[in-house]
Amino acid sequence: MIIVGEMINTSRRSVEASVGRRDAAFIARLARRQAEAGAHYIDVNAGTFLEQEADCLRWLVETVQGEVGLPLSLDSPSPEALSAAMELHQGEPLINSISLEEGRFDSLLPLVTSQPCSVVALCMAENAMPTTTEDRVGTAARLIKKLTAAGFPLEKIFVDPLVQPVSVDTGMGSAALEAIGTIMRSFPGVNTICGLSNVSFGLPQRRLVNRSFLALCMDHGLSAVILDPTDQKTMSTLLAVEMLLGRDEYCGNFIDAYQSGRIVG
Amino acid sequence: MSDFESLSEAVMRGDIKGAVAETRKHLDAGINVSEILNLGLIGTMNEVGERFSRGLIYVPQMLRSAKAMQESIKLLQPYFKEGDVTTKGKVLMGTVRGDLHDIGKNLVSMMLEGAGFTVTDLGVNVSPDTFVQKTQEIEPDIVGMSALLSTTMPAMPETIEALKNAGLRDKVKVMIGGAPVTERYAQKIEADSYASDAGSAVARAKQLLGVS
Repeated sequence: MIIVGEMINTSRRSVEASVGRRDAAFIARLARRQAEAGAHYIDVNAGTFLEQEADCLRWLVETVQGEVGLPLSLDSPSPEALSAAMELHQGEPLINSISLEEGRFDSLLPLVTSQPCSVVALCMAENAMPTTTEDRVGTAARLIKKLTAAGFPLEKIFVDPLVQPVSVDTGMGSAALEAIGTIMRSFPGVNTICGLSNVSFGLPQRRLVNRSFLALCMDHGLSAVILDPTDQKTMSTLLAVEMLLGRDEYCGNFIDAYQSGRIVG
Repeated sequence: MSDFESLSEAVMRGDIKGAVAETRKHLDAGINVSEILNLGLIGTMNEVGERFSRGLIYVPQMLRSAKAMQESIKLLQPYFKEGDVTTKGKVLMGTVRGDLHDIGKNLVSMMLEGAGFTVTDLGVNVSPDTFVQKTQEIEPDIVGMSALLSTTMPAMPETIEALKNAGLRDKVKVMIGGAPVTERYAQKIEADSYASDAGSAVARAKQLLGVS
């Protein structure tokens, strides 16, 4: 399971404040903690800064990569901000994200084909949010076709099925889960990714709901996840489920983690 | 003065069948239709909205109560006479240009209707021109805009500008909301109000129009 650490997002008050005053120590610490907790990519998002987003994103790329030798997930819908960040980024970033929304695919395609990178392909089509599994799979197929036609490698595409809250429609969990399974089966070699927090919007005990959803996603074949790797309960669930799905030889990772005090029940 | 306690409880619980049955009982007993609407239904939805804002109930319960009210209103509709249904105000709702997110907007629309406002929902990806056209057509009291992406928020001040250019800005109150939207942003773009969730949107709308 590929882990993308989600903590460096300016929608969190402490992160917004430290980006605002350019507190490099704070951001570096947050990056290091996520790296040590097992993140493979560190996500950076400065969306709340609006016109200053590009500058803030560049500063985040510099600051985080100055501290940890990991690739970043560059999280923005703005081509300007992404382009600015990509210039500075060392190694291959994950571009978060491209979709079929009007103008978005065409403005981002040149960026994602300009240098080696992976891309999150969000199942959002031109006119509306997806409602069913079929909507999602259909949009995924179109995104994969358009990206691969432009020479983008299939294995570097991370399809995000677009998770919606079950509080609004209790079918939204299965719609995303079935989409993950179908996409993984229909396009062998492609990757899938999602965040965990949308599913529990509007409900109490969100973390419980989120990590339960993680377990289900894993069973449907999800290959990457955007989460807080410093959240021990979530990581414990991830390790237990990997083991249960037969992906942990001699239960080694789970037991190691337990003996290092990282498993919380 | 009729006792709407059972009807109110049914709506509060989200008991659709129960609410419909209670509404039927009141109708059969010849109770005044406006009373059933205002005291039994709208009054209860106000309480639902308040409880939601206070974190005592959650989105699914709010949805369920709204459904119970909607189904009960269907029963009342054939009996409404001229002047029975007064509206607290007309609201035009939409998610701004370039943005397809609708969950928050739908929750707000639903709660405003439950509170007795008349809502016209323009859907998603609504351009400033469409907001202006529809404002001219419908003459709402409030124009409500939703955005869920920082990149689509700029359509909010653009829409306000378009309303100004069409000479409509001072004829409406503008209320905004959405995950990346803040009170400060609302002040910056000179919107009239900001609401952080569907419950407080109702309170703010009432404040804006000076109604209860």
